[in-house]
Amino acid sequence: MNTKNILSTSNLSIGYTTKREKNCIAQNVNLNLESGKLISLIGANGIGKSTLLRTLTGIQKPLSGTVFLNEKDIKSYKPLALAKQLSLVLTEKLPPSNLTVFELVALGRQPYTNWVGELSNEDVIKVSEAINLTQIIHLANKKHYEISDGQLQKVLIARALTQDTPLIILDEPTTHLDLLHKVSVFKLLKKLSQETNKCILFSTHDIDLAIQLSDEMIIMTPETVVQDQPCNLISKGIFNTLFHDENIIFDDKKGKFIIQ
Amino acid sequence: MKSKNRNTFLFSALLLLLLLTLALNISLGQVNIPLKEVFKSLTGLSSSKETWEYIIVNFRLPKAITAILVGIGLSISGLLMQTLFRNPLAGPYVLGLSSGSSLGVALAILGAGFLPDFLSSIVLSSYGIILASCLGSFLVLLLILIVSVKIRDTATILIVGLMFSSFTGSIVSVLTYFSSAEQLQKFTFWNMGNLGNLSWQNILILTIVVVLGLLLSLVSVKSLDALLLGENYAKSMGLNIKKSRYIIIIATSLLAGSITAFAGPIAFIGLAVPHLAKLIFQTSNHKILFWSTILIGAILMLFCDMISQMPGLEFTLPINAITSIIGAPIVIWLIVRKRSLV
Repeated sequence: MNTKNILSTSNLSIGYTTKREKNCIAQNVNLNLESGKLISLIGANGIGKSTLLRTLTGIQKPLSGTVFLNEKDIKSYKPLALAKQLSLVLTEKLPPSNLTVFELVALGRQPYTNWVGELSNEDVIKVSEAINLTQIIHLANKKHYEISDGQLQKVLIARALTQDTPLIILDEPTTHLDLLHKVSVFKLLKKLSQETNKCILFSTHDIDLAIQLSDEMIIMTPETVVQDQPCNLISKGIFNTLFHDENIIFDDKKGKFIIQ
Repeated sequence: MKSKNRNTFLFSALLLLLLLTLALNISLGQVNIPLKEVFKSLTGLSSSKETWEYIIVNFRLPKAITAILVGIGLSISGLLMQTLFRNPLAGPYVLGLSSGSSLGVALAILGAGFLPDFLSSIVLSSYGIILASCLGSFLVLLLILIVSVKIRDTATILIVGLMFSSFTGSIVSVLTYFSSAEQLQKFTFWNMGNLGNLSWQNILILTIVVVLGLLLSLVSVKSLDALLLGENYAKSMGLNIKKSRYIIIIATSLLAGSITAFAGPIAFIGLAVPHLAKLIFQTSNHKILFWSTILIGAILMLFCDMISQMPGLEFTLPINAITSIIGAPIVIWLIVRKRSLV
């Protein structure tokens, strides 16, 4: 499959502007997200992963620099046009409702449906495709609050899939899951990026799993933001700069962190 | 597809129930009119007793129509607010919209005395009262919305709503303290809620405003569905949050404001009916909830009105008391049954 550049940034500075000052979190961020790739975003707590994701999704304005989505400035997208390019899986809890899994997944078709949100035949096909790909068909008629966290995560991924966008961004999709479900979510994301040729970007704290499964990784340290393939990042020794703690050491050969 | 058949059945059943309660509502009262005669005079045939026809056309029918409008409008505004605030306990009465309306109306009725004659007659006209009432509920809703943006916690929003109610309530009491006995009487009667005071002309005005509010709600059906996943997801699915939010708020204040202006503050209908609809239809799909809430709202309000004018009673009970007596237990029953509201 040919790869295509979906999202890129040029000299991006991210952070907040308060009344008094600019609070810059990272500068000179140059990223390139290509189709068909699974890319993980790694960084210590509080380093600014969420700020970076919010900037990449156009929710928050960059301090300077530009985010390009399909070669167009993300600022120039109308909400509806953006919704057809970029779908999200967020960490926040869903508000209480009676939505079934099928209905929840089908809501992903909102950018394409008519004024009352009626599903056309094509919409129904897209929804069932997503449900099949994520293997949640047995949950389709359950209420969304009746399923486990791991299942819900797959349902939310299916919803993002039905939105039919070249780029999916997930904010910590594996938090609160046990190892089994973490691995199954990771493998699902890997499969999706390969089979659907979508670009999938997700933030995570499961570094060893991310190293094994990601095509590329974006590492945020207080000094820089680097994007590269996991093996190159390991040989550069970047993982040792991730946490400023002499008790945590990255073992290059095993590809994981060791506690001294 | 099973659920489709089930919904068709439920909708037909509710429609039948609505017609039945409507007929009973018109037939029962201090003077009982046989159902056959009700049917006759409604279809344009002359009824066998002229007094019956007179009662139906001038008292029972306007009141029944008002009850239907009130039931529909308050229930839909409750449905909109529950989704907008992600709060199952939201409703026009609980969040203080009705008190906002009360304040508007109190300012109009009690404050008109300070205005020159020609102005006070404008303010006291039905249009003036409607406007004051809608503005009152709109302002309260806007304030609650501002608070809800800052405070994500749903229980806190309810408490803020309660604070607004008691705040506006005390301003109303201060106003009543300074007003004449005549003004006070007018306001007190309004405050007890009354479905039977509307002239045909007022009913027409109310109908227009309620229909407008319902149209705006119908337009919001898709955005309401998106909001079920929370605002961030809704935004990511291409929803223009600000615009949809304003449409929903305007619809809610038109409905709650106009109804409160004409019928007084009426409790619990706006809270209870959307939950009954969600319980019966087992869905959060607003396309279905919109129509089921309309039907159930009309039925429940006709039923409450029937009780307030029970046969054998020499007088009509205040409708606000009846809706609370029926509505509050329904809400408690719903909470206990599901251990939580959805």
